[in-house]
Amino acid sequence: MKPVISVSNLGKRYGRTVAVDDVSLEVFEGEIFGLIGPNGAGKTTTMECVEGNRVPDKGTISVLGLDPRRDANALRQRIGVQQQEAHLQKRIKVWEAVDLWRSLYTRAVDADALLARLGLEAKRNAWFMTLSGGQKQRLFIALALIHEPEVVFLDELTTGLDPQARRAIWGLVTDIRDRGTTVFLTTHLMEEAERLCDRVAIIEHGRLIEVGTPDELVRKHCPERTVVFTSDNANVAERMPGLSAVERAEGSGETYTIRGAGDDFVTDVINFIAREGIRVRGFRTEIPTLEDVFLKLTGHGIRD
Amino acid sequence: MRGFWKLTWLETKIFTREPMGFVGTLVMPVVLFIFLGRAFTAGEPVSTAQLDIPFNAAILAAVLIAISAVQSLVAIISIYREGGILKRLRATPLSPVTILGAHVVVKLAFTVISLALLLLAGRRLFPGVMQVNVFSFTVAALLSTLSILSLGFLIASLVPTARFAGLISAATLYPMLALSGLFFPVDRLPRALEAISYLLPTTHAVALLNGVWDGSGWGAHWVNVAALLVLFAAYTALSTKVFRWE
Repeated sequence: MKPVISVSNLGKRYGRTVAVDDVSLEVFEGEIFGLIGPNGAGKTTTMECVEGNRVPDKGTISVLGLDPRRDANALRQRIGVQQQEAHLQKRIKVWEAVDLWRSLYTRAVDADALLARLGLEAKRNAWFMTLSGGQKQRLFIALALIHEPEVVFLDELTTGLDPQARRAIWGLVTDIRDRGTTVFLTTHLMEEAERLCDRVAIIEHGRLIEVGTPDELVRKHCPERTVVFTSDNANVAERMPGLSAVERAEGSGETYTIRGAGDDFVTDVINFIAREGIRVRGFRTEIPTLEDVFLKLTGHGIRD
Repeated sequence: MRGFWKLTWLETKIFTREPMGFVGTLVMPVVLFIFLGRAFTAGEPVSTAQLDIPFNAAILAAVLIAISAVQSLVAIISIYREGGILKRLRATPLSPVTILGAHVVVKLAFTVISLALLLLAGRRLFPGVMQVNVFSFTVAALLSTLSILSLGFLIASLVPTARFAGLISAATLYPMLALSGLFFPVDRLPRALEAISYLLPTTHAVALLNGVWDGSGWGAHWVNVAALLVLFAAYTALSTKVFRWE
């Protein structure tokens, strides 16, 4: 896989505040890459520098082999941008916005087909101000996709949306990737990152602290696993510690919570239950999430 | 300039969808003109009290048309900036000149309509007095509007929020009107104010419009034309330095 975006040693400050401090990353063709971190971590500034909409203080950026500042005009024809908390004219109609955007690019997809794909065909004649949050975001996705860009930038796409609208948007984003477009997104929602992203980079205080697939990061930083099962058998917990991966086994009444670590832990527990002939009425595993990884790496939750 | 006419047409339609702003900027100065015209018999040089200078309701209305266009522009730019609309448009292949230029063209177009209403109303209501050369008057008014609009851009560049935009543009534009020579001659102002008044586009606008009105023509007022152009260039240059997109 070849990188479509390469950033090295990017730095940007506003006055005395350092927004981005030495960020280097690569985004590969056809993947959904997520820049994740709390508000103010430098996600948007990084993304805007990559798009060519902000001038970095230092570092080099290459997008599709182009320099975002020097080749701004050429690049704009090949990338699609959705900005955080963006707005359009209150009284612009959906079709008018799409029509204006289409006229700005050297190639453009069919407007009606695109609106239909994003579920906006019934809103063609609606003013922007009358759209719901989810509809506005879908319109911005439409505007970002109007010229069949090779890379799409999505900044905090689902912030402020209700869970249902959020899920609908997630479906659209995976669809964009499945059609062969590279997606670079930012989010402070770990669940979103976990669901959507092929790879994520965790950013805090303007620095990248870790990069990898969500699964890799969880396995590396949070190998802890928990198995909780209920059983009529007594004294199961006492027999547990014989398992190599088991770190803690505790039973309260009929519910047993077994904590351990590593990829083999859950298998070991299952084998143990089978071997001992324990009758299990309920069984579930708890696996750490990106949220836990974030907590571990930064010492605080993402919303703190 | 890709998208320029499409955006201009779009902004025109959007402007007409907001009845208050649309009617206010287009019709209010004309209504004021009719009202004042009735009071002073429009166009006829009437001495305002002790000051022995001609007061012309038509010229006041023309300048007000320009000023309301400017206020409307300042309001739109600051709302667009605060709402992130300017930022969104700027991330497209639209050039900055196209984005802002479209608004200027819309404002000039509505200025022409408003002037036409003014002249029509004048011809009907005060026959015999409105003998001005329509073409010359319109060109002079448009040049004035353009020059005042450039000052509007400077205001729009400096005003931090949409909430203050209306306030600050009114607080800037109306005192300018008082110093413009419309109500009393500029040379009777204190020295400092007189000097300031020559840096304001309204002063030259009033002088030029008065000149066109009384038929002394463009040649006699080339200084005002030059001043309007120079001020336009200066304010525009200054705006490009301090304009903020977000």
